[in-house]
Amino acid sequence: MATVRRELRFLLNDEEVLLDDAGPGDSLLDFLRLDRGLRGTKEGCAEGDCGACTVLVGRLRGGEVRYEAVNSCIRLLPSLDGCHVVTVEHLSGTDDGLHPVQQAMVDRHGSQCGFCTPGIVMALYALWLEQPRPTEAAIRKALQGNLCRCTGYAPILRAAACAGDYGLPEEDGLVKNRKAVGERLAALADGKRVEMAGGRAVLPANADDLADVLASEPAATVVAGATDVGVWINKDLRDIAPAVFIGHLGGLGRIEVGGEAIEIGATASYSDAEAALTEAFPGLADYWSRIGGWQIRNMGTVGGNIANGSPIADLPPVLIALGAELVLRRGAERRSMPLEDYFIAYGHQDLGAGEFVEAVRVPKPGGNAQLGFYKVSKRRDEDISSVCAGFMLRVREGRIEEARLAFGGMAATPKRAEAGEAALVGQEWGESVFVAAGQALDRDFTPISDWRASSEYRALVARNLLTRFYLDRSPAAAS
Amino acid sequence: MTGPATREHMHRAYRHDSAAKHVTGRAAYADDMAEPADMLHACLGLSAAAHAGVTEIDLTEVCRAPGVVGVLTAADIPGDNDISPVGAGDDPVFAEDVVSFYGQPMFAVVAETRAEARRAARLARVAYEPRRAVIRTEDALETVSEPLTLARGDVEAALDAAPRRLQGTLRVGGQDHFYLESHIAFALPGEDDEVRVVSSTQHPSEVQHVVAHVLGAPSSAVTVDVRRMGGAFGGKESQSNLFAAVAALAARKFGRAVKVRPDRDDDMTATGKRHDFRVDYDVGFDDEGRILAVDSVLTARCGFSVDLSGAVSDRALFHADNAYFFPAVRLRSRPMRTNTVSNTAFRGFGSPQGVMAAERIIEEVAYGAGRSPLDVRKANFYGGPGRDMTPYHQPVEDNILPRLVGEIEERADYASRRQAVLEFNARGGVLRRGIALTPVKFGVSFTATWMNQAGALVHVYRDGSIHLNHGGTEMGQGLFIKVASVVADCFQVDLDYVRITATSTGKVPNTSATAASTGSDLNGMAAFEAAETIKRRLVAFAAGHWNVEPGQVVFEAGRVRIGNQDMAFAELVEAAYMARVQLSATGFYRTPEIHWDRAAGRGRPFYYFAYSAGVTEVEVDTLTGEYRVLRVDILHDAGRSLNPAIDLGQVEGGFIQGMGWVTTEELWWDDEGRLRTHAPSTYKIPLASDCPPVFNVHLADWSQNAKPTIGRSKAIGEPPLLLCASVVEALSMAVASTAGYRRCPRLDTPATPERLLLAIERLKREGAE
Repeated sequence: MATVRRELRFLLNDEEVLLDDAGPGDSLLDFLRLDRGLRGTKEGCAEGDCGACTVLVGRLRGGEVRYEAVNSCIRLLPSLDGCHVVTVEHLSGTDDGLHPVQQAMVDRHGSQCGFCTPGIVMALYALWLEQPRPTEAAIRKALQGNLCRCTGYAPILRAAACAGDYGLPEEDGLVKNRKAVGERLAALADGKRVEMAGGRAVLPANADDLADVLASEPAATVVAGATDVGVWINKDLRDIAPAVFIGHLGGLGRIEVGGEAIEIGATASYSDAEAALTEAFPGLADYWSRIGGWQIRNMGTVGGNIANGSPIADLPPVLIALGAELVLRRGAERRSMPLEDYFIAYGHQDLGAGEFVEAVRVPKPGGNAQLGFYKVSKRRDEDISSVCAGFMLRVREGRIEEARLAFGGMAATPKRAEAGEAALVGQEWGESVFVAAGQALDRDFTPISDWRASSEYRALVARNLLTRFYLDRSPAAAS
Repeated sequence: MTGPATREHMHRAYRHDSAAKHVTGRAAYADDMAEPADMLHACLGLSAAAHAGVTEIDLTEVCRAPGVVGVLTAADIPGDNDISPVGAGDDPVFAEDVVSFYGQPMFAVVAETRAEARRAARLARVAYEPRRAVIRTEDALETVSEPLTLARGDVEAALDAAPRRLQGTLRVGGQDHFYLESHIAFALPGEDDEVRVVSSTQHPSEVQHVVAHVLGAPSSAVTVDVRRMGGAFGGKESQSNLFAAVAALAARKFGRAVKVRPDRDDDMTATGKRHDFRVDYDVGFDDEGRILAVDSVLTARCGFSVDLSGAVSDRALFHADNAYFFPAVRLRSRPMRTNTVSNTAFRGFGSPQGVMAAERIIEEVAYGAGRSPLDVRKANFYGGPGRDMTPYHQPVEDNILPRLVGEIEERADYASRRQAVLEFNARGGVLRRGIALTPVKFGVSFTATWMNQAGALVHVYRDGSIHLNHGGTEMGQGLFIKVASVVADCFQVDLDYVRITATSTGKVPNTSATAASTGSDLNGMAAFEAAETIKRRLVAFAAGHWNVEPGQVVFEAGRVRIGNQDMAFAELVEAAYMARVQLSATGFYRTPEIHWDRAAGRGRPFYYFAYSAGVTEVEVDTLTGEYRVLRVDILHDAGRSLNPAIDLGQVEGGFIQGMGWVTTEELWWDDEGRLRTHAPSTYKIPLASDCPPVFNVHLADWSQNAKPTIGRSKAIGEPPLLLCASVVEALSMAVASTAGYRRCPRLDTPATPERLLLAIERLKREGAE
């Protein structure tokens, strides 16, 4: 067994924090506001949807500190071991004046009630660190996770566009200290297992140690990005102990791009995996940018999106269509399965006690594959889908040889459309075939009605997405 | 950072006074203020039935939970168990024998920490005896208040005689305020029966009176303070009463400071929203699209109690004409009682629903008469001989809409863009576009005439610094900076001299809610009066002391010229102090001219009208119903704007909030009466990416209020929201294009992608019939 440390260690702004009493469900936001009196960071929703609680978390990636905007309301304290937390109180410009992002917001009248403003400032700060002169599209994407009810966003967009005129990252404290902070974080990373609160929160030392921990605590809650778990805690008041935190396990978050397949480790965040996947599947880029908001993409993991078995998760339909395989591990044993087989029924997955999702392997589809990824939701960005879909067809000489149609939001699990696929395979490429396949979906699915969409709408949209897929490949017909 | 003093501080684009504090996180909201060491926290226990007798509330486990200090139920209320803003007696703090909506507070648990209180609240065991629950308006049988009828002319005869006539129904959804700062209040017990309450409220005086009423104490025992709110939008007008009352009750019972901050879900479940409406209309018109008669019934889902529903449904009627003259008209309200949360004030206060009804009628007439909607609008605008009378018998005297509409047509290049949209759609692709221009006429004043009053308190200290206080509250709308600029203008000193202070019932009593867009009209004038009073005393003193004519005492750029003398403002103030001149004054303002006879449906409820016009263009994917708002152009009438930067923000923000209301914001109750969209994960307000990529907003810089308001400005808070009618009509046009524009799509709101797609399918079916 790995040696154990019983103290959490991280940096908060300029200070080193040592905690020996953090519970598994303690949020960063409450710690900031209640324990540290840092009340610039606000609680708007406690479920990671409004961004009022946005802070930056820096972690060591390949020897360098990378700062990301995250929602502190659902960021759990134990997951911060070895990280640098930066709050709005840390921002300043030259001579302790306003930071460039702050000054731009003030000059462009970017705040009205001001309650969302610290969170907006932090999201824009994260953007400015990466792109001090961002495009309009980049600004809108960076603000997907921040709600403002007063301004209608127009002045905030103007402020973001001109923040670079007030100063550049080279002069920023965080940038100037990046190396020193990196050294401090490296010094904190002692490779030990961390156990807090009498074993109620455990941070394994590495993937093998994780396997050991789960073998002895098979009922433990596995916490990666906490974008689901944090909501269980805040909304359902669920006690997640014993909890095993895995987000820090770099080895489990590796992304390996091979000739045949891309393998994504379970703890890779959506943001981590974005480059590799959207490079291999360019059609996925737009879809990817519609998963949660920026903060959620920085926190939530590919593995978690699969492991929790939600019927409305964004990734499973896409990955099923691509023919992905899931790799599970228990102790030293590993097994893999086609992703669609993992989802057995609502709330029931093919995951044994003590077993965990280790990786997902996405094969590269080859030249004759036609790919389509669709998400339909009430609001375009940062919404849960009414229907989402991944399609992969292989077409040879005008005939459809293979079809994989996978849908989310249409059944109790992410699911392939067997009747729809059958209606396509062997047919000549043409609109009527896709219309017929769309009609065949009625035999595959009996979707439910809820607050996101009615059964009627879901069925209609699923059908029409096949037409959309056809039209996207037949520009003449679409116009 | 306020810049140099100039002749004019009013009408300048000053930044929000708290802007620097907002961006640094140093602006303190109620939950950020220092807490007394012994502060307790209360959490509400909410009902799990929409309508039921309560046979037992067992709080044993609640009381045993860790950290719990005690519980509060109706039995702990020394005064009246009622927080109704209109004293109706139908709005209990805690339900007793009967619960009337899912999520109604039944008790509160008080614990050492908020987390402990939240955990404990869920341990209650309640036995319910279900009763018939009315969730949908259609099933409602009784009204919550007396309906209103506005009528002029013989509507039935005019309908019968009209060359064309049609009937239809419009359903307009409700809206959650989604202020980013949820409700919050904390109470500090004082001596004897005194209590101080810090509340996030638009209506500190009402909170004061309600807390006193609930405690069984005189109002003088209660002081309510509010520095700022993290958004309100009407949601913190009457709805703050609950949280303040619970905090005060708990503070009284346990003798310690108590805070109540509901989580987002409880806030959205237990507090009221914008009323959803059903409008049944009957319209008669001629072949040119000129309206001859309108007979509309506006039915509102009010929820379980009256709250402000009477006034909200009245205001819906007052705006059901929008900008159009109806030669014969009858408008009737039906404020219906349902077993849902009691709906309340929300920016526009019924007027948006009324305007949606008017604009639907215009759209119907346009399709019916085969004319363009803009032509129909122009044919029906108020104006011309005998065409100036509203359904409530107040003439429209200051109509600038023809000029506004003409200018926005030009700025937005409306005619050629509409032609381009028609051509785009004629190509028959799956993407369709729509464009619409809609106007707004908004009546300014509380329709409850007595509420149109305000007070202010101004002190000038010996160093020349000025303490400003008034009854208005700051919720982000920039009221404080506007009023401060009025005072700075009066004394001709830098804004830095004017200290903006928290609203407090101890300083200015018996105030009205900061609502109905009247904040700067009322409080600006009251502060002006207070400052002018002090200034008059200073002038009189200076004239006497230096022996000059009063006209020779001139305030200018932080200094005062007195005949040949010239001195700093502070110098004059110190001299006046030494001469025992009173340097503190109250100011009071009541809106002149207005009166309203509700029983007769006649009067002059509004001091003046504010106007606006907007053009929206959209693109719809007819395969999924998804859409984008491509471009919006707005020309808005703020009179002579008190602060063009602040006002521009109100127009932009108000428009987007309205756009959210009519597009993605959907309140969804299940059959049990549970609201299932009670957090941002399920309730979708606009995001930055929903802001139109082209968004041109201008104030009509030539406009001046015809009435002598403060600086000849106009109210700004609500009118821009009503421009969202242009979004609905643009979406509707795109839908109509799929069926050759033969039928009015009758798009209900919120026009979600689902509603659009189903409307397209409906038009297909109707076309096939």
